[in-house]
Amino acid sequence: MAENRSQKLRGPKGPGGRRGMGPKVKLEHPGQTIKRLLKYIGKSYGVYMVLVLILIIVSVLANVQGTMFTKSLIDDYITPLLHAKEKNFTPLLHKIIQVACIYGVGVFATWAYNRLMVNVTQGTLRKLRDELFVHMESLPIKYFDTHSHGDIMSIYTNDIDTLRQMISQSMTQFFSSLITIISVLAAMLIINVPLTVVTLVMVGVTLIVTKKVAGLSGAYFIQQQRDLGKVNGHIEEMMNGQKVVKVFCREQESIDEFNALNDELFHSADNANTFANVMGPINAQLGNVSYVLCTMIGGILAFNKIGGFTVGGLVAFLNYNKSFSMPINQVSMQLNSIVMALAGADRIFELLDEKPEVNDGYVELVRANEAADGTITESEKRTGVWAWKHYHKDNDTVTYQKLRGEVVFDHVDFGYNDDKIILHDVEMYAKPGQKIAFVGATGAGKTTITNLINRFYDIQDGKIRFDGINVNKIKKEDLRHSLGIVLQDTHLFTGTVRDNIRYGKLDATDEEIVAAAKLANADSFIRHLPQGYDTVLTGDGGNLSQGQRQLLAIARAAIADPPALILDEATSSIDTRTEKLVQDGMDRLMKGRTTFVIAHRLSTVKNSDCIMVLEQGRIIERGTHDQLIEQQGKYYQLYTGKLGTGLAG
Amino acid sequence: MIKTLASQIKEYKKVSIATPIFMILEVIMETIIPMMMASIIDNGVSVGDAGHIYKMGALMLLAACFSLFCGFMGGKYGAKASTGFAKNLRKAMYENIQTFSFSNIDKFSTAGLVTRLTTDVTNIQNAYQMLLRMCMRAPFSLICAMVMSFAVNTRIATVYLIAVLILGAILAVLLTRTTKYFNSIFKKYDDLNESVQENVSAIRVVKAYVREDHEKEKFTKASGNVCRLFTKAEAMICLNMPIMQFAVYTCILVISWMGAHMIVSNTLTTGDLSMLLTYCMNILMNLMMLSMIFVMVTMSVASARRVAEVLNEKPDITNPEDPVMEVADGSIEFRHVDFSYKKDAREPVLKDINLSIKSGETIGILGGTGSGKSSLVSLLSRLYDVTDGSVIVGGRDVREYDIDVIRNQVAVVLQNNVLFSGTILDNLRWGDKEATREECMHACDLACASEFVEKLPKGYDTYIEQGGTNVSGGQKQRLCIARALLKKPKVLVLDDSTSAVDTSTDAKIRKAFAEEIPGTTKLIIAQRVSSIQNADHIIVMENGTINGYGTHDELMENNEIYRDVYESQTSGSGDFDEM
Repeated sequence: MAENRSQKLRGPKGPGGRRGMGPKVKLEHPGQTIKRLLKYIGKSYGVYMVLVLILIIVSVLANVQGTMFTKSLIDDYITPLLHAKEKNFTPLLHKIIQVACIYGVGVFATWAYNRLMVNVTQGTLRKLRDELFVHMESLPIKYFDTHSHGDIMSIYTNDIDTLRQMISQSMTQFFSSLITIISVLAAMLIINVPLTVVTLVMVGVTLIVTKKVAGLSGAYFIQQQRDLGKVNGHIEEMMNGQKVVKVFCREQESIDEFNALNDELFHSADNANTFANVMGPINAQLGNVSYVLCTMIGGILAFNKIGGFTVGGLVAFLNYNKSFSMPINQVSMQLNSIVMALAGADRIFELLDEKPEVNDGYVELVRANEAADGTITESEKRTGVWAWKHYHKDNDTVTYQKLRGEVVFDHVDFGYNDDKIILHDVEMYAKPGQKIAFVGATGAGKTTITNLINRFYDIQDGKIRFDGINVNKIKKEDLRHSLGIVLQDTHLFTGTVRDNIRYGKLDATDEEIVAAAKLANADSFIRHLPQGYDTVLTGDGGNLSQGQRQLLAIARAAIADPPALILDEATSSIDTRTEKLVQDGMDRLMKGRTTFVIAHRLSTVKNSDCIMVLEQGRIIERGTHDQLIEQQGKYYQLYTGKLGTGLAG
Repeated sequence: MIKTLASQIKEYKKVSIATPIFMILEVIMETIIPMMMASIIDNGVSVGDAGHIYKMGALMLLAACFSLFCGFMGGKYGAKASTGFAKNLRKAMYENIQTFSFSNIDKFSTAGLVTRLTTDVTNIQNAYQMLLRMCMRAPFSLICAMVMSFAVNTRIATVYLIAVLILGAILAVLLTRTTKYFNSIFKKYDDLNESVQENVSAIRVVKAYVREDHEKEKFTKASGNVCRLFTKAEAMICLNMPIMQFAVYTCILVISWMGAHMIVSNTLTTGDLSMLLTYCMNILMNLMMLSMIFVMVTMSVASARRVAEVLNEKPDITNPEDPVMEVADGSIEFRHVDFSYKKDAREPVLKDINLSIKSGETIGILGGTGSGKSSLVSLLSRLYDVTDGSVIVGGRDVREYDIDVIRNQVAVVLQNNVLFSGTILDNLRWGDKEATREECMHACDLACASEFVEKLPKGYDTYIEQGGTNVSGGQKQRLCIARALLKKPKVLVLDDSTSAVDTSTDAKIRKAFAEEIPGTTKLIIAQRVSSIQNADHIIVMENGTINGYGTHDELMENNEIYRDVYESQTSGSGDFDEM
């Protein structure tokens, strides 16, 4: 029950982990994250970013120039024309053409930076996704045991999506608003300092209010996410058990429970949304207040001619004041989504920073020729013979050793955590071609032992040797290539049946695939599928029965043709009649290979060369079937216990 | 579809109507405030009238307060209406799902139902809020500004109208093209995420076969594709902004030119001109807003359709009109029963089944995968209805009973069983809400579950994690049996429910059944011959028909399949799981 164990490991996180809980909005080091993110984008798109920045400035300036034009239109062109005797529109036409050109440049700049940002965004996201995936593939199994699959998935979906919004929209808007603010601020300072101070004070007030409201809404937002997580968790659990609910007529209770959670979610969602909605109007009206204040104070200044302030100056200033509140509003809105995206970026970087599986082995598996006298030489061509290529550093020589499939456990201790050892002092010896069976209760450590051979986990103490070589010295990929494994939980991939079998050997021909399927007795059911070998499997082979999926997994292992094989409850979900068919295939598959079998049916275990009886992480009995029966120990108890069960009801 | 969804607004109708009204009031204030600003400048600042400035300033503050109030109420009600609507949708769907029969559930699949209840509802909630808050606001604001412009100057307003029409047309074309694009991209995008999901859950397979590079290659190819398509679609979207700017700028320049001529010829004032320029921005911005709403709403249409599907689904098993409330005994009869899961299936799952079982008998059922064992027993408690023929329990057709009654009297322990998060006692009490601790413990004794439950640190109060992940398969099965026993049923069906329980415990359970609940009819589906060989009768299923029926000895004599299975298993078949 690998699934059980992995679930237990992530125990403290509680059911479902963070799944469906949405992003948590708390940043520990926003500065560092933003620096790292910008650096990340800059590495591939540095030039783009500089260009975008310049284009944004051009676009903003073109826009500001437009505001100035409307003012000068009246003051410099229309008013003089009104008083002029000769109505000459040529200067105005020239001005309009000139402005049109600047506008044209502005429009182009807007388009260009938006277009560039598309490339930057999509390129960065692609790079991030690829790096995330590539890195994820290199992580040790332990990572997947200790992180819920929902959490890992939400990095690819939620976090990447919020990041996309941030890079493509928030960042550019933030910049352009910022530049607008700076240029308007500069213009205001030139016109009148005291009024600018008044405006800035109002901006301060706006920011404080925004922060207050944002804080309140943030608290409700977190509450909403928590309630949403609860509701989603409940939905997931109940939908999965819906048939049981029906069988036990628990519909009403189920509805009552759901309604209680649903109401809670409604309250927190209502509050969170209210605060978010109210922010806009508050900012806009504070902007209006600022306008009125400036008008009054500016009026007093202008009428009393304090500091040479004129009415014309006041009009211009008020215009700028009006165009000041919008970008500030935008900045405060974008700030929120930037914070959210940074939280996502934090999680993305966290995954990227996880330490990959240690793979410092140097012994390689190579194709080889075996001469009559037993000497082994490396070969370019397929020979059917494999050898370990062992490089000796001390005297710079290479030795070859034929791959045989011998596995030795030498005083092995293991625990998923260092402080909790679950396998104690395991001693085991499997000669090439032998069949070793593991027998024992769930949790006795059967699956764990097999997971150590191909180094899904590294041991705490002792040594595991493959063909006499410490497995730590063998390159992981080569070690795993030499071990076939059929897991307890069958996993298939989206693709055709053929592709799924080919997974065991990517360059397999169609004939080899059919042969492997025949070996596993999967051929006949595959031929009955609507499109035979080309039937597309989706959702982990959901359209096949459990037994059929296991047959495919066996065929997949068969085609890989490894010298050693691990079968972990490979026939557990196959009914007895079908199992008989599979058994033949399995026997053929096991022939000549070192095989480790975990099974609960005696028929699979009985003819093993050695049977290991495990209890609480220790091998308590070992021997052939006959020897163990003779010993009259635990194995004997089980075996005879079975014989005495003719008490059916 | 819209009608189905709209009927769920219910108690939030009032706030749903109030929201756009407040938004419109806010728009009116938004139109008035610029006029006040103009007045402050024209009649106050320019003329040097301080009194007017103070008066208008105070008025403006008042207007701002009122506007704030409207915005606040609009925001508040909008939030209430949309989240309330979402709440009602979830509730209605959840309640309807509870009435679903097994075949309804099969139709939607568990994952499908979960998405509809979660993501789809959220999408609708967002779209609804947008609709309430913006959909009235934007066009109203647009119309307001347009009316004002026409009031000020017809010729210039006509320019706006033309600009709006042209811009609207361009945006419409862009939108329809991009939404089409996006729809196909999102599918690709989903596929990409699915492949990640696949890799996360199958990481052991990937690593065991050293296929990391193969997977990387597959992934980078797919992600490259997604990137290319997104770039293409977004390249089109990023035309929006510049086109918008182009329209605004063109309008400004055209108006400046026309306005200058008009002012000179005394048909327009300078104040009017600056007002017109403000409205110009207003009109085009709102048009942009409208197009955004359109995108959001179209994107949520798919979600709305999926939610409506669940709401409109009618359960295909309903209570009869005068239901029988009592099941007389545990006798069972199948009369010419045909059954298929889908109405239009070519090959029925069960063909012409005839059976008669006396109350209190123990019946074993054996057969290969897909032979129809589970289908056969699922008809007993009306988990599915027969396609033809009839199933009779306690002397009456199962369709005459009250559904709750028949399901409580015919207890099925399903093949894919689940425990729910909660203590062991909580889970057991699913069978009988009022069961005392002693009764629960007794049921566990019968199901041989007490031996391990009592060893747990917290015993019967041990908390079961979601999905029952902290108990082993065999333990889960025993708890599920105990849960079913608490119903004190007349018929007990075990659908391969002891597959993960070791042989001797399995035998103990059967012994307890024989001694403690002799009056209950027991149907046991099993793969192990030892589990059923001592049953009163054994049914051998093959391809949806009954291949053999009789006692162990009879079948050994005249049924080939049974003999085959028996021999293959007894030549050394034991069970080492769950020692």
